[in-house]
Amino acid sequence: MSDPVVVVRDVSKKFAETEALTDVTFDVNDGEIFGLVGPDGAGKTTLFRILTTLVLPDSGTATVLGLDVVRDLWAIRSRVGYMPGRFSLYGDLTVAENLSFFASVFGTTVEKGYDLIAPIYKQIEPFAERRADALSGGMKQKLALSCALVHRPDILFLDEPTTGVDAVSRREFWDQLGLLRDSGLTVVVSTPYMDEAMRCDRVALVQGGRLLEIDPPRDIGRNYPLPLVSVTGADRYQLLLSLRRAPHAHSVYPFGAELHYTDDRPDRDAATVSSELDEYMQSQGFADATSHPISAGIEDSFMELMSAPAQPAP
Amino acid sequence: MTEPGARERAIVVRDLTRRFGSFTAVDNVSFDVGAGEVFGFLGANGAGKTTAIKMLIGLLAPTSGSAHVAGLDIATQTEQVRRRIGYMSQRFSLYEDLTVLENIALYGGIYGLDDAQIAARASRMLKTLGLTNQLVGRLPLGWKQKLAFSVALLHEPAVVFLDEPTGGVDPITRRQFWELIYAAAARGTTVFVTTHYMDEAEYCDRISIMVDGHIVTLGTPKELKTKWNVGTVDEIFVRLARAS
Repeated sequence: MSDPVVVVRDVSKKFAETEALTDVTFDVNDGEIFGLVGPDGAGKTTLFRILTTLVLPDSGTATVLGLDVVRDLWAIRSRVGYMPGRFSLYGDLTVAENLSFFASVFGTTVEKGYDLIAPIYKQIEPFAERRADALSGGMKQKLALSCALVHRPDILFLDEPTTGVDAVSRREFWDQLGLLRDSGLTVVVSTPYMDEAMRCDRVALVQGGRLLEIDPPRDIGRNYPLPLVSVTGADRYQLLLSLRRAPHAHSVYPFGAELHYTDDRPDRDAATVSSELDEYMQSQGFADATSHPISAGIEDSFMELMSAPAQPAP
Repeated sequence: MTEPGARERAIVVRDLTRRFGSFTAVDNVSFDVGAGEVFGFLGANGAGKTTAIKMLIGLLAPTSGSAHVAGLDIATQTEQVRRRIGYMSQRFSLYEDLTVLENIALYGGIYGLDDAQIAARASRMLKTLGLTNQLVGRLPLGWKQKLAFSVALLHEPAVVFLDEPTGGVDPITRRQFWELIYAAAARGTTVFVTTHYMDEAEYCDRISIMVDGHIVTLGTPKELKTKWNVGTVDEIFVRLARAS
């Protein structure tokens, strides 16, 4: 196996009194999609900015493609593609103008990068003369990705690239990321969507400036510490409120058409919890409500690790 | 609320159409939303959702067709409509340089509440949200969104319009936000909401899916899943949302 392309060791960063990152350590392997999942304010953007040499760490070290983010910033900048969270393009320029601008900044041309961006760019090329501001959310993302790729980077950093993008466009976007990964590109991406986290090779859960867990997404649920049960019933909101008052309720969250109930007794068998819960719901007048044990998914685990986000000190 | 109109339809839309030049953004759309209902208004980016919402909240005149919101005609009673609705957009709508209480006082004043009403509702809001008074700019996104929703409800509107309120918000805060929605609906407020999270679509009483200016399907999530014989709203969306 080749060396990791990103190596982060004990990186910390403070902004005034706020600790944005604390002792962050991880590697990203060559040719993988590495996901950063965490709430707003977890430190994901700061991490991206350090890895793209836009912000200096207070302590610790980080290398990208074997280059040091502090010493070798100019060498790194020409070899990474970065798509920041907020819309990064020039709204008053057309689609084509944005693309050639980004190419020229990196001392290259659209023609030289065209074969790489073609699968994505072709979808927006019919709108090449449209101003970027006038594009729909999904098309903006495709243009931003094209601009981040046009200089043929060796690694791609994408900070919440699909926020505000519809479910179908998000799927298409991730299909493209999969193809880029298959062609050998390494991708580091943050997302608030758990279905997207499932499409990463490995995922790091980030909260309060720390990495809580790093695993392939399918393995993250395995460490779920408590019995978990799925509940369905007609009057979901009242059912939710009632389940929160159940004697051993640890947490109750809506999950699509279901509710996920976590019991507070780690040693209790989930099937037993489920039958107890059925009795409880009957006693509370929810005649149609039923439950069954389930194994935790990444979203269950993530919420358990996060618990409720604390509000910042005034 | 036990006033006589409580069971009435909160939104009535008939043949609503909006053209921009030769482009028809909203094309002959008709639907009703019941009072106290949570109605999910789904569609891909560019399908016409925002144009439709702008007409319903009185920011954009229809080219043809009609709509009534809270019993008021959006074309002829625009000013009254605005007093009876709340609106929260995907872009954060509060003032970052003002404190939580200053924002509440500002919006309360705009909506014509008196000082005593503002004070009472502000303290209730802080308590419900578990929030202390501070500069709004310092709040994490999820808190700002919960606060913006509460401020949109400050004048106790009949209908509240939420345009992608949970975009980019973490899983726990998204769920807390939806509990605020449920609570508002349980108090009788009609909630008209757009989202790109298909798990949230499942939380709605009814949903519609808009494609290229048309509403192509409308019903309860359960009805629609049965109709298309699929397990999730996401699968229906993927099948329908992209026009040919």
